Amino acid sequence: MNSMETTKTFWLPDQASTFAGRVDWAFDLFLWISTFFFVLVVGLIALFVIKHRRRRPDQMASGQMAHNTMLETTWTVVPLLIVMGLFFIGMRGWWHMRIAPSNSIAIDVVGMKWKWTFNYMQGFSNDTLVVPVHQPVRLRITSTDVIHSFYIPNFRTKVDAVPGRYQALWFEATKTGVFPVLCTQYCGTSHSYMITAVKVVERAEYDTWLSDAASASGGDVAPDAFGATVYSKRGCNACHTVDGSAGIGPTWKGIWDHHVKLADGSTVEVNAAYIKQSVQDPTSQVVEGFPPIMPSYKGILSDREIEAVTAYIQTLK
Amino acid sequence: MSAHQENINYLKARKGFLNWIVTVDHKRIGLMYLASIIFFFIAGGTYAFLFRMELWSPLQGFMTSDTYNHLFTMHGVIMVFLVVVPGIPGALGNFLLPIQLGAKDLAFPKLNITSLYLYWGGATLALFSLTQGRADSGWTFYAPYSLSQNPAVLWMLTAAFILGFSSILTGLNFIVTIHKMRAPGMTWFRLPLFVWALYATGIMQVFATPVLAITLVLLLVENFLHIGIFDPALGGDPIMMQHFFWFYSHPAVYIIVVPAFGVVSELIATFSRKTIFGYKFIAFSSVAITIIGFLVWGHHMFVAGQSDVAVTIFSFLTFFTAVPSAIKVFNWTTTLYQGSIKLTTPMLYALQFLFNFTIGGLTGIILGILSVDIHLHDTYFVVSHFHYVAMGSTMIAFIGGIYYWWPKMTGKMFNETWGRIGAVLVFIGFNVTFFVQLIMGSQGSPRRYYHYLDQFQIYHQISTVGVVILALGLFTALFNLLISLRTGATAPQNPWGARTLEWTHAATPPVLYNFTETPIVTEGPYDYPVEKV
Repeated sequence: MNSMETTKTFWLPDQASTFAGRVDWAFDLFLWISTFFFVLVVGLIALFVIKHRRRRPDQMASGQMAHNTMLETTWTVVPLLIVMGLFFIGMRGWWHMRIAPSNSIAIDVVGMKWKWTFNYMQGFSNDTLVVPVHQPVRLRITSTDVIHSFYIPNFRTKVDAVPGRYQALWFEATKTGVFPVLCTQYCGTSHSYMITAVKVVERAEYDTWLSDAASASGGDVAPDAFGATVYSKRGCNACHTVDGSAGIGPTWKGIWDHHVKLADGSTVEVNAAYIKQSVQDPTSQVVEGFPPIMPSYKGILSDREIEAVTAYIQTLK
Repeated sequence: MSAHQENINYLKARKGFLNWIVTVDHKRIGLMYLASIIFFFIAGGTYAFLFRMELWSPLQGFMTSDTYNHLFTMHGVIMVFLVVVPGIPGALGNFLLPIQLGAKDLAFPKLNITSLYLYWGGATLALFSLTQGRADSGWTFYAPYSLSQNPAVLWMLTAAFILGFSSILTGLNFIVTIHKMRAPGMTWFRLPLFVWALYATGIMQVFATPVLAITLVLLLVENFLHIGIFDPALGGDPIMMQHFFWFYSHPAVYIIVVPAFGVVSELIATFSRKTIFGYKFIAFSSVAITIIGFLVWGHHMFVAGQSDVAVTIFSFLTFFTAVPSAIKVFNWTTTLYQGSIKLTTPMLYALQFLFNFTIGGLTGIILGILSVDIHLHDTYFVVSHFHYVAMGSTMIAFIGGIYYWWPKMTGKMFNETWGRIGAVLVFIGFNVTFFVQLIMGSQGSPRRYYHYLDQFQIYHQISTVGVVILALGLFTALFNLLISLRTGATAPQNPWGARTLEWTHAATPPVLYNFTETPIVTEGPYDYPVEKV
């Protein structure tokens, strides 16, 4: 499909995946069926209310039809046939959505309060989803805290991200562009800010991006520089500062090799083991004076990323 | 008690505040429910009004996102558990069921007042939760979010648990009363359709509500004892919580709307002076919906992580609920044919029920189409759909019913002109508010969003304007009724020329035990004569 062309209608957003045509066809079909029945019912009501209005206070009904087998059979059978047809249309569309083609590329998706992380098989993560156009993509989705829901309106697809489970979702984008990715399962304070984007690009552009991103993820850069990238890209900076100023969590400046006092009264030396522990099981060793609110990054940050963060913290004197 | 006392109207039979609080008279209990429900409807409506104002702009207005989350949670919990579920059965059902059957009271009058106390107890706890923090789980209490150490959520769960028992006891009382307390000659097919509707509702209340109670207890147990039930961090399964929750909450949709079917049947028959077309079908379809309604809960979970087979089966079964609902609409429409139709205030509400319920039903069917639901699930489309049912159908029928039975309950006639103005404003306001939400939803705007994409602002603004009109209409309707208490003309026994027992045999207002002598029923509830030509 030509990217200049717009398919946005009064009811439905721009179509950008192979599902959209099918879904919209079913939607439009039923829109017409609904309009027909709605006009029929409301029209008849209006007609009867006007035609059979009470003209004198003591006027009685002009007939008392209580039953009509022909009429009743018709209006039972016709809706039944219609809804059975709709069931099959919906079911076929659904099964199509459930079975990813075998040539799909796989990407892992992790939802957490309140961001999405996309883990590529090449060993790096990104906060937006970048995919090639005309290529089936299979997402494996989970959550680390509460239930979220992964929704791309332009692709007409959605699945809940449930902690402790993996759910599958696939799509094939049909046009290049940037489309919103929304969370549709209520997840607290910043639920409505849990928005990212899916960027659909041409195959060649995707390949370039992929190799650049893979090398930027630590292959070609010094560990401490990569750690700085992880710090800003993976959300560490939301709570931890690197300049010694106050934050929701302890600053990273000047903590390396120092002893810190923990909430349970003990002290611990900030070394590689402590940092890894704090990333993977944050509430086990909370620094005194800070709330135990950090989510676990176990399974989210790779060992290489944790080591890079460790290297980065060593540079923050 | 003297014979004299038995023959004076129930409002004057025993005076004093205490006599109201400890009464076992179903009529007084009905009125106390009515007052309580109106109070909570205003409260729940105020929450909605406030967050709709905030949604005028996608940016922060006069509240934070936490406040917004708290407000929509309170709106949902209050409207579901304190207004639409107990509404029609608690207020109109309590008042009318025994009179329509030709009985003196419900089968268990003391159980009836107990239901009201439980309702008040649950309501008090829900209000108390406000002092314990800000509940922000949504009315659906999905785990593991709802397990997040917020004491207000726990109090809210306890409140819903207690309210559930109020609902169960009312349902039980109604079922036994309908079986055992019918007057001589009141056969099953001479029951007014309102009674059939309450019967079907009673069955659902008794069978579905305990599952809600179990779910809420499990949530509390998990919270306090840290036993893994629903929380994956403790080894539990959050999807199971959703199965339990919707096993109640889907039938609850029918607990909410089936009584409205009953009210509307009465209104349409009376104001068109017609026998209901397909009486038996409407009666049995309420029961059929009850049964099918128990088998479709999984359609709330098409994207939640059920097996694909379960999803397919739930979709298939869901479509079967559409058929009886569609037939009812056709039946009501056909009832108008050849009638002698008068557009009184209650009839205006009945007709807008038909309008709104048709939209509510059709949007329900489209949500049942699996492939389309994946796109529409958890968007404003769903929000609009259930407001077309719960507000546009149930509350509209409820208000119509209050207007219809107001003369019987209070002995006063209301001002018809202001009544109609209120009804028209409500119709316009409601549809402006919610129709636009269908478009916003199918365009991809998720529900429960404090901050939304800029492109949706125009829809939100139209919706907010609608809510102002709606509020204006609702207050017009309410004040019109309240003013009638002071200035209204004295109501005759049967101002509408209706054929059911509360109009034909009971005084206005009814005497303490409803009838001075037990009525003997010789004809059906809608046996209107034909105009002689």
